[in-house]
Amino acid sequence: MVYLTRKAEFSASHYYHNPDFTPEENLRVFGKCNNPNGHGHNYTLEVTVKGEVDPRSGFVVDLKQLKEVMHRDVLEAMDHRFLNKEVPEFIHRIPTTENIAIAIWQRLVSKLETAKLHRIRVYETPDLFVDFYGEP
Amino acid sequence: MKAHLSRRYLFSASHRLHSEAMSPQENQATYGKCNNPYGHGHNYIVELTVSGQVDEKTGMVCNLADFDSFIEREVLARFDHENLNTLREFAQEVPTTENLCIQIYEIVHRGFPHAHLERVRLEETLMNSFEYTG
Repeated sequence: MVYLTRKAEFSASHYYHNPDFTPEENLRVFGKCNNPNGHGHNYTLEVTVKGEVDPRSGFVVDLKQLKEVMHRDVLEAMDHRFLNKEVPEFIHRIPTTENIAIAIWQRLVSKLETAKLHRIRVYETPDLFVDFYGEP
Repeated sequence: MKAHLSRRYLFSASHRLHSEAMSPQENQATYGKCNNPYGHGHNYIVELTVSGQVDEKTGMVCNLADFDSFIEREVLARFDHENLNTLREFAQEVPTTENLCIQIYEIVHRGFPHAHLERVRLEETLMNSFEYTG
């Protein structure tokens, strides 16, 4: 088994708000992230896939296909977007780093042709990141 | 769904590696430059990984502001700009980065109940890092 990781970057804005909370509760739980006008980050995405090395190609995965899928299904949807307003997953779900990692997993998991998706890592900043392994 | 959240913090501290159980020659042979009696310092980066179910109401594994304030109070305030050898945590043991990593694990494991502590990773320099998972 070999693991391969492909990185990408995207920039997006978001804010944290739960309509079931009072304004005071939203501010207490989410702090500065509750500003309804949003704020932004440069996200770094790491997609790790795993599989056996194909004896004919020497590849775990067709990297070109992986790049295309990441570009089409993640970057086109999220790069330079206001996540709360423009990405369907986040109309009713808060676009925390945790939920972004889960959404990216769900967008990619069925699209890979050879290797299996192993991990989605999303860096919100260099000092804060989330890993999602598809665990329930 | 279960996710892992990692957060990195910086602190600076000095230490001297010296064991009372060893002779001066043995200390010197074991710890080399780190045995300098005046001590020396590092910029440590501690990377903490916690895991748990993502809360439907907040979208988070645990509230980051709560985690930050716990780490600030219990880890950074305790070790930042200190001489580790003078702290009670290291009264009985050598303040190697291995032992510091374990100390930080114990503090977070014992004191922060809102997520499961998976791992403490401690970078002493860009070249050296240590991990403890309990």
